[in-house]
Amino acid sequence: MSGAQEAVERIYREEYGRIVASLVRRFGDIDVAEEAAAEALLVAVERWPADGVPPNPGGWLTTTAANRGIDKIRRESHRDAKHQAALMVENPEGHQPTGIVEDDRLRLIFTCCHPALAPEARVAMTLRLLGGLTVAEIAQAFLVPETTMAQRITRAKRKIKDAHIPFRVPDAADLTQRLSAVLAVVYLVFNEGYLASSGDAPIREDLTAEAIRLGRLLRALLPDDPEVAGLLALMLLTESRRTTRVAGGELVPLHEQDRGGWDRALIAEGHALVRESLALNRPGHYQLLAAVNAVHTDAPTASDTDWEQVATLYSQLYAVAPSPVVALNRAIAVAELDGAEVALAEVDRLPLTTYHAWHATRADLLRRLGRSSDARAAYDAAIEATDNEAERAYLRRRRGSLAP
Amino acid sequence: MSQYLLAVNHTPADVAAMDALSPEEMQAVFDATGKVNDRMQAEGVWVFAGGLMTHDATTTVDNTGAEPMITDGPFAESKEYLGGFWIIDVPDLDAALAWAAEGSKACANRVEVRPFQEEPGA
Repeated sequence: MSGAQEAVERIYREEYGRIVASLVRRFGDIDVAEEAAAEALLVAVERWPADGVPPNPGGWLTTTAANRGIDKIRRESHRDAKHQAALMVENPEGHQPTGIVEDDRLRLIFTCCHPALAPEARVAMTLRLLGGLTVAEIAQAFLVPETTMAQRITRAKRKIKDAHIPFRVPDAADLTQRLSAVLAVVYLVFNEGYLASSGDAPIREDLTAEAIRLGRLLRALLPDDPEVAGLLALMLLTESRRTTRVAGGELVPLHEQDRGGWDRALIAEGHALVRESLALNRPGHYQLLAAVNAVHTDAPTASDTDWEQVATLYSQLYAVAPSPVVALNRAIAVAELDGAEVALAEVDRLPLTTYHAWHATRADLLRRLGRSSDARAAYDAAIEATDNEAERAYLRRRRGSLAP
Repeated sequence: MSQYLLAVNHTPADVAAMDALSPEEMQAVFDATGKVNDRMQAEGVWVFAGGLMTHDATTTVDNTGAEPMITDGPFAESKEYLGGFWIIDVPDLDAALAWAAEGSKACANRVEVRPFQEEPGA
């Protein structure tokens, strides 16, 4: 591929969500929008290397695609006039603005993440239509055959059309609930990339970048929502530590990470978002998780960590979203404040016997209490319960360092 | 505007639970459902609604062969049967889901939302 063509494809990928969203509004049909966008790319690949990239490449691509779409609809003589007209309405749903930014991409995100679609289809549709990833790339990222992913996307598009899933931002009454479905999709994409095993998974690393890009887009479109800011902060603060998280094929836990290798720019941006969102005084799940990450990334060394603050934040999180995993994380902070014995009593009460982090936490607490043989059994259970090779390598090393 | 079927399906367990209701409780369900019907009519989305007798009263007619075959009962044994339904005419799925949520609360049962096929040329 020539450098010029690569440049065209990079711009296309950057602009894809905006182009397709605008065309979906214009034509009221996702397939027509996608085909028109693909045709515009072909024209750009042909012309830009010779004529130069236009000053507003996104606008150029959208206009070119819209013209192609209209041509195509006019050419298709089997469509009756009424159907043609229906495909070219400027604003098919006649939606009244609800006071938040009316951006086509925002509408499209809500369509892609509609609760009437299966969760795995929401993820696939969001990455395809807003991220501009190819079906092959999405399939590879989620480790499923390309035909499976193609069927999933085709089925979702058919349901959007047949069930008349609207292309609009939900009414104020539904917005909070529907937005939380959107944020869940973005966070799932992020974790899918972040939690993937180390090494040979470059596309999966792309997923974290894509999730952050979607998070930034949502932040730009919904600047007043604290959970939107919280999710972006959480992703940035997690991402800031990524390069120090695995070393030599082994997972490096937070307290052993090389803090000099953390990305200070991402941390500064994440901290600012956390402060801004918490100031709105409408705490939520993502804001509180982001705040925990802000405490950790604020400490120059692991021993400087403000565990009091971490425990308080997990208590607040438990009040918002009670789950045993939150209680487990709180217990880790309690171990630093009140000792391993108190923490172990809390951990042992939690119904998490199939969760590797529960076993790993128990193992560490038992080690600190000098109960080596119990700790060894807990490490064995933790290693058994995870498929992540980097994590297993770390746990094996810890097990090996136990006193006899 | 698009038409949707809001179907209320009953399993044998649902039927047993309804049979166990006191007359007052049953009346409360009827009243709540009636209120939803009234609101649907007032807002102009109501097309039709009805409750069905249980499948014991069902007869199947099959005239796909040489002559009509009439048999007692539903065509296939199923885990659930249509117990009642609304047909509404609304702008999109979000509106249909909102009505389904009201209907589900009123009739104290799950509601399945299915779009009608578009009439050709509609």
